[in-house]
Amino acid sequence: MYRYDQFDEAFVRERVAQFRGQVARRIDGSLTEDEFKPLRLKNGVYLQLHAYMLRIAIPYGTLSSVQLRQLALIGERYDRGYGHFTTRQNLQFNWPKLRDIPDILDLLADVGMHCIQTSGNCIRNTTADHFAGAAADEVEDPRPTAELIRQWSTMHPEFDYLPRKFKIAVTGAPRDRAAIRAHDIGIQVVRHPVSGEVGYRLFVGGGLGRTPMIGKLVRDFLPKAHLLAYLQSLMRVYNLEGRRDNKYKARVKILVHEIGIEEFRGRVEAEFAALDPAAIAADPEEVARIEAYFAPPAFVTLPETSQRLVADRARDPAFDRWVETNTFPHREPGYAAVTVSLKPVGGVPGDATSDQMRAVADLADAHSFGEIRVSHHQNLILPHVRQDALHGLWTGLVAAGLAEANAGLITDIIACPGLDYCALATARSIPIAQAISRRFASAERQREIGELGIKISGCINACGHHHVGHIGILGLEKSGQESYQVTLGGDATENAAIGQLLGPGIAATEVPDAIERLVAVYLAHRREGETFAEAVRRLGIEPFKAGFLATPAESANAAA
Amino acid sequence: MATTKQKILLPAILLANDLLDGDVVFWTERGWSIDPAEALVARDETAAVRLQEVAAAALARGAVVDAYLVDVALREDGLPVPNHFRERFKIAGPSIRQDLGKQAAFAHLRGRA
Ligand code: HEM
Ligand code: SF4
Repeated sequence: MYRYDQFDEAFVRERVAQFRGQVARRIDGSLTEDEFKPLRLKNGVYLQLHAYMLRIAIPYGTLSSVQLRQLALIGERYDRGYGHFTTRQNLQFNWPKLRDIPDILDLLADVGMHCIQTSGNCIRNTTADHFAGAAADEVEDPRPTAELIRQWSTMHPEFDYLPRKFKIAVTGAPRDRAAIRAHDIGIQVVRHPVSGEVGYRLFVGGGLGRTPMIGKLVRDFLPKAHLLAYLQSLMRVYNLEGRRDNKYKARVKILVHEIGIEEFRGRVEAEFAALDPAAIAADPEEVARIEAYFAPPAFVTLPETSQRLVADRARDPAFDRWVETNTFPHREPGYAAVTVSLKPVGGVPGDATSDQMRAVADLADAHSFGEIRVSHHQNLILPHVRQDALHGLWTGLVAAGLAEANAGLITDIIACPGLDYCALATARSIPIAQAISRRFASAERQREIGELGIKISGCINACGHHHVGHIGILGLEKSGQESYQVTLGGDATENAAIGQLLGPGIAATEVPDAIERLVAVYLAHRREGETFAEAVRRLGIEPFKAGFLATPAESANAAA
Repeated sequence: MATTKQKILLPAILLANDLLDGDVVFWTERGWSIDPAEALVARDETAAVRLQEVAAAALARGAVVDAYLVDVALREDGLPVPNHFRERFKIAGPSIRQDLGKQAAFAHLRGRA
């Protein structure tokens, strides 16, 4: 894993000291809130409904067990004993006190962490496939690329006051698990079809929020060494031409949409042609140094399948179910990547207690080379587990209340904090997720329905990715009540699509029934082996719309 | 939000977030309080304008952030309850964690919102 060098360490400490001074001056009144707000935001400190919130960067979602234990400690000492893992692979604490935040930042710095790039109009924390370095289908680990971007973009003087926030995501695999086309820039590591050279495919202008857009292909193949020069060119075009007069039109997706991808590409290529890529590229020695940190751990040579696992599965049906849903093919024979679900039935998606964080850290030490990942689905991942050890790991997860066998299923719901915490919210999202997960609690039923991603946001900002949910739910206000719009057909993968609205908003209490009706349409029409998303693609939205709009009485008749 | 141009809905209370811990606080006869039961209720325009002046002065002094007037209904026991659900949640705490926020500290807030 990447470890900060003395330069990073000194820089982060200096930032903490600066912020300590700024907080002191805010408290003694020498800074006004207007002066202080941009400073606190640059350090990840937001004001929510009930308290401040601290957003901690987890670059490309990779954590060590030592770091996770430190987060547990902070949660216990300075918060209310829990934290919230987000769709941006970050961690948010909901109750820190302003006076304590500099001390929290020092504790973070002790383990090479910080809150830089978690807010403001800069290049934000770069996200990546949570199975990076483990996935069997990977061309290359995307994290050295993400780390290079982190180093290049952090405090880059040219890109520190952009028209608006800017989000980059990287995947190393053809199967997109990082939602790259929902980001301002999406990067896919690819192998050139002819030369076999490893390089990048780049998408630009994706984004959610009030104007959702799917990223468009801007460069089909870019040699690896040209990455920073190309990014610089792209950022320059945006920085110069992106709108600063209207924050709702300031994201790069609007620029790409307004001038068209051909024109945008032309301007980037012109800028790129005028640069000397070699002068901008990172020193190859530095690139090699970064890559070395991501060298695979010391895997042992194992047979493809573990007989022990086969026996454990045969013996224990609950374990068998969990293995089926929560393990992912590893590129090393005899290993698996494991999803630790943070979605217990009726729980708060993405929340973990300090005790649970410690339990996961201990299990990571015992079974996954001390490594943990945060997924944008708001789950944790143990990336490198021996199949032989899965039963032992599962037993430990059961004890910690973390063994829900639902990765990718209908109860594995993404939900933003919504009106239970967020000052921008127009409605609650978490209780909607809880009600749906209770309704579909039956393990058999979930397995019968199969892969289905529900994503919920508490306002149009779309932090809960509802636009790209197979079923998306958006909480709004209608006549003084919470009201929920439901969309269908969204997709966050390489088949990226924005969901379409099914009808008028419905009350919170009606949501579980509405989801039932959509599931019923799918079950009635699906072909052998066809997932919900595939069925929606084949059938189109109409049959689902009819099901959605049916009154409960009508749908009872139809079922009879 | 509290601007003089905006039409004031009555009755109203003044709330804000405490600078140090972000907790929601209410303007009372004796300054800021964390208990909504103590909130000073403006029942007429003059009193509401007075609250707006308090808000402006408090923001300028920097003891609180995000201070604004909220229109309320008065419960039988006199507790001011915001008309909008957003402020009801803001005062009570997360609806999904009744053990946190003001609802945990004040019995009169429990099981509502
Ligand atoms: C204090 C809490 C938060 C605030 C103030 C906030 C603010 C915003 C705003 C204003 C946008 C819209 C950006 C645009 O349309 O240009 C947005 C988008 C987004 N936020 Fe948040 N957010 C918060 C919490 C979260 C949380 C908890 C998550 C993760 C669960 C998150 C992840 C995202 C994502 C993924 C997007 C959409 C992607 C995009 O930028 O287009 N945010 N947020
Ligand atoms: S989508 Fe809206 S309600 Fe949800 S976290 Fe983002 S800003 Fe808050």
